[in-house]
Amino acid sequence: MTDPAVADTRRLNSKPQDLTDAYGPPSNFLEIDVYDPQIVGVGRNRYTNYEVRMRTNLPIFKLKDSCVRRRYSDFEWLKNELERDSKIVVPSLPGKALKRQLPFRGDEGLFEESFIEERRSGLEQFINRIAGHPLAQNERCLHMFLQEESIDRNYIPGKV
Amino acid sequence: MSFFGFGQSADIDIVLNDAETRKKAEHKSEDGRKDKYFLFYDGETVSGKVNVTLKYPGKRLEHNGIKIEFVGQIELYYDRGNHHEFVSLVKDLARPGELTQSQTFDFEFTHVEKPYESYTGQNVKLRYFLRATVGRRLNDISKELDIVVHTLSTYPELNSSIKMEVGIEDCLHIEFEYNKSKYHLKDVIVGKIYFLLVRIKIKHMEIDIIKRETTGTGPNVYHENDTMAKYEIMDGAPVRGESIPIRLFLAGYEMTPTMRDINKKFSVRYYLNLVLIDEEERRYFKQQEITLWRKGDIVRKSMSHQAIIASQRFEGSSNPEKSQTPSNAEEDS
Repeated sequence: MTDPAVADTRRLNSKPQDLTDAYGPPSNFLEIDVYDPQIVGVGRNRYTNYEVRMRTNLPIFKLKDSCVRRRYSDFEWLKNELERDSKIVVPSLPGKALKRQLPFRGDEGLFEESFIEERRSGLEQFINRIAGHPLAQNERCLHMFLQEESIDRNYIPGKV
Repeated sequence: MSFFGFGQSADIDIVLNDAETRKKAEHKSEDGRKDKYFLFYDGETVSGKVNVTLKYPGKRLEHNGIKIEFVGQIELYYDRGNHHEFVSLVKDLARPGELTQSQTFDFEFTHVEKPYESYTGQNVKLRYFLRATVGRRLNDISKELDIVVHTLSTYPELNSSIKMEVGIEDCLHIEFEYNKSKYHLKDVIVGKIYFLLVRIKIKHMEIDIIKRETTGTGPNVYHENDTMAKYEIMDGAPVRGESIPIRLFLAGYEMTPTMRDINKKFSVRYYLNLVLIDEEERRYFKQQEITLWRKGDIVRKSMSHQAIIASQRFEGSSNPEKSQTPSNAEEDS
């Protein structure tokens, strides 16, 4: 007998949870590591590239475990593609460090260990943030960046 | 509030006949201060006395007439000069003449219609007041007495629950349910959020109550949103099949009933905003309107004394002096 003067605050009925759902792996697994910086090239054409490894169980990604090498300008390319084609507010990249490219520095410039580590960490944060965005996951550029060996800058932009 | 002319020779004040017994209600003014005013309902008679006190006994007060008005008006802050009066009643208390001594005048506005609830908002104010005026050649002497009006409703016949499945394709699917669509101001929102698909990393979930005040018409419509409440209902990452309960007590928040298109001038509506926040601080939300209504504080004579205390304690009585601890209640009976 419910008395309307006293509110009924009993929980609403809900379906009991399936135990495989409760204890199984979550459907949102996505981890990207940016590591193993390597200096490539000779003399003035040297640059650093990083290993970008993605592990996921999201169905939208073709490969559940992928590994590619990318350099800073590849990350810049990805940021520009996403800013142009999608409505997402794209997170910021670590700085371009133009000053480090000038001569007569007291240190190793672009190849200074601490700088590379700072950049590596910033790039890792960037790619994890953007790869988890539901709208970014629809963009071809993100899939190409993460899962294809090399980036084809002449690709046709579009949705997956 | 009284208007003092230069060299005012008399004071007016308005006293209600039932000032001793009539309840008062708190109402927040434009500057945020909370004051208490006499509380009236639609149809109630407003009666009392106007006291005109001569400051200098012996000196006559010439006047162009003494009257009292009962006014209900809407004031839009961006258009202060124009008051939209939706109730305007006048009683003449004295014809033009002179007062040789202080005098008291009786007045009664019988069964006055008060169709809307008093409201003081961000861009609009709806108020009721009595205004007594002694007409003078140069400056009238007048005094206003504000009152507060509450509009009461009864339990709606139809009060369906709100149940909906929403989401982002292949990323997040949830089904949310709220037990009612119409809640009274001391009600409890009972609901649940059921997760059908979770492919994003959720950090926590909250439910907000948003008040939207709409003023203006046509191309000049202006919405002012105000978050009245933020209540976290989940901390951590849910998975498929999990059900998160909601139990939100409305009595803890200062809200008004839903007001729709009041005198075609403004609206005040309330929305439940379900917000999910992921690990990268991205927000996913779903807004749903609810109707709020005011229930009368009527105590049914058939209930036992204890039951009355219990129901008031549970829902929160509008009279603080009536709420008692259990031991006090037992001592009294």
